[in-house]
Amino acid sequence: MRADLDIIQHWIAPGSRVLDLGCGDGSLLEYLKRTKGVSDTGLEIDERKIHACLEKGVNVLQQDLNKSLTNFCDKSFDTVLLTQTLQAVSYPDVLMDEMLRIGRNVIVTFPNFGNWRSRWYLTFKGRMPVSNFMPYQWYDTPNIHFCTVRDFDALCRERQINVITRTVVDHKHQGSWMIRLWPNLLGETAIYHLSR
Amino acid sequence: MPRTIPENSVGIVTPQRLHFDEPLMLRSGKSIASYDLMVETYGMLNAARSNAILICHALSGDHHAAGYHSETDAKPGWWDNCIGPGKPIDTNKFFVVCLNNLGGCAGSTGPTSMNPETGTWYGPDFPVVTVRDWVNSQARLMDRLGISQWAAIIGGSLGGMQVMRWSISYPERLRHAIMIAVAPKLSAQNIAFNEVARQSITADPHFHNGRYLEHGTYPKKGVMLARMVGHITYLSDSAMRDKFGKNAEELPSDAIKSNFGRDMRTGKLSFGLDVDFQVESYLHYQGERFSERFDANTYLLMTKALDYFDPTVDYDGDLSKAFENSQCRFLLMSFSSDWRFPPERTREIVDALLKARKPVSYLEIDADQGHDAFLLPVPRYMQALTTYLARVSDEVNA
Repeated sequence: MRADLDIIQHWIAPGSRVLDLGCGDGSLLEYLKRTKGVSDTGLEIDERKIHACLEKGVNVLQQDLNKSLTNFCDKSFDTVLLTQTLQAVSYPDVLMDEMLRIGRNVIVTFPNFGNWRSRWYLTFKGRMPVSNFMPYQWYDTPNIHFCTVRDFDALCRERQINVITRTVVDHKHQGSWMIRLWPNLLGETAIYHLSR
Repeated sequence: MPRTIPENSVGIVTPQRLHFDEPLMLRSGKSIASYDLMVETYGMLNAARSNAILICHALSGDHHAAGYHSETDAKPGWWDNCIGPGKPIDTNKFFVVCLNNLGGCAGSTGPTSMNPETGTWYGPDFPVVTVRDWVNSQARLMDRLGISQWAAIIGGSLGGMQVMRWSISYPERLRHAIMIAVAPKLSAQNIAFNEVARQSITADPHFHNGRYLEHGTYPKKGVMLARMVGHITYLSDSAMRDKFGKNAEELPSDAIKSNFGRDMRTGKLSFGLDVDFQVESYLHYQGERFSERFDANTYLLMTKALDYFDPTVDYDGDLSKAFENSQCRFLLMSFSSDWRFPPERTREIVDALLKARKPVSYLEIDADQGHDAFLLPVPRYMQALTTYLARVSDEVNA
């Protein structure tokens, strides 16, 4: 399991209702169902990933989270998840509002663009960062809304989103005292537990 | 010469006629004192009697879903591409049951059966049956077969409506509800097409108020016309272009080359009222063939069952309330080019299930074939059914 997922599973209550937006092949939901008995719903648009969800017995809906989530009722899920997808959606702020409407709490993980590697790349190469972690060229990247930890903190303040927990980890998904001190510089993945 | 039956076919099958003596109360308030159901089954019921799948047929279907009735049959059952050993509805794993619904014309009691009260054919006196009545009769069939819970119930179109009704009326008696190309109820446009079909039948001079059998005749033209209208709504514009869109190079050298997407019959215009385009003769042929096997009164009944279907009537018009007691898991699939029951209609059901907090999966399959796609071996659709049902098999055959 991806290490960021290992961290967030501790925030999910046994038997709760979980909605995973952009659920991929359904691994996380399948794991949560098996270990915590959650009732699972995933949203996905990639046909192959939807098929993988069916293989795992995960409930999956073919629905584009960029279009509309109005078919989900207010507070109809305990937790709404968005892992490593925020940077790829059309309107991240609108989506955040929608997630907080649908879920009692929300878990978001995203790559921190404020990480020193990105800063170094841009500063010294003068080009958009390309790495193993973000392997796309600027013109073909699905990641159209990169943000930094500090940017996201600002959005939470502006929108009166309550940050229950913020964890920032490095590429090994470990948090050291250094990262706690300079999260926006050293952290690679930001993991937020939110409510409103 | 006997035909060779493909290896992945259920082979030669023999339908059974099951008789039921207990009167069946109908939604209309009328009742049927006794009735027969024509049934076919494929595969073996396991020791726990837990691997049974019910197939619900759509408007023009019947109990003959798979295999052949004899070695000389030209065509297999209506869903043979989906039911058989190693096929998506795998008869090596499941005991598959399909019946002709009440009011049908393939052997179950219907307008062409004898009415014991009058000693003549039921004809137009056969009571209007609804999806709910069918499901009640299917539950009795289930008891007769000694099955307490279906592993899954599967149906497309009007068949899907029966699946929906099962999940509402008998929540504990199915594990999985699989609905394909379905809508929560008909739209005004859907009903309008049905009414044109009905009018074309009842306006046929051979209809005789539905008593054509007593008059020794049949409203063939009317049924043909009804089917032609229906058939147009089952296909998409692009499916028709593909079917009747030969490339100019394939046409005879003296043909008019401007007919791409609407093939002409001879390549020349008749400048009369004769058939000029292939689609015309295709529709005539489809209507003709259908009118030879299908009863006019049954067609009227089936379209009424469609028009009347509305599972929300007992739930203040709220579909999510209707699903409140459902216990099964749901799989719904729609097809992109279906304009009879388009994806947004299927999503209405998905949304109601979400609101009712029921476990549901939904796929929108890219397919050009229109509503008809649910009967065709569209790869992604077949693959999804295979995968989903493999898990169902793991659950019930453990």
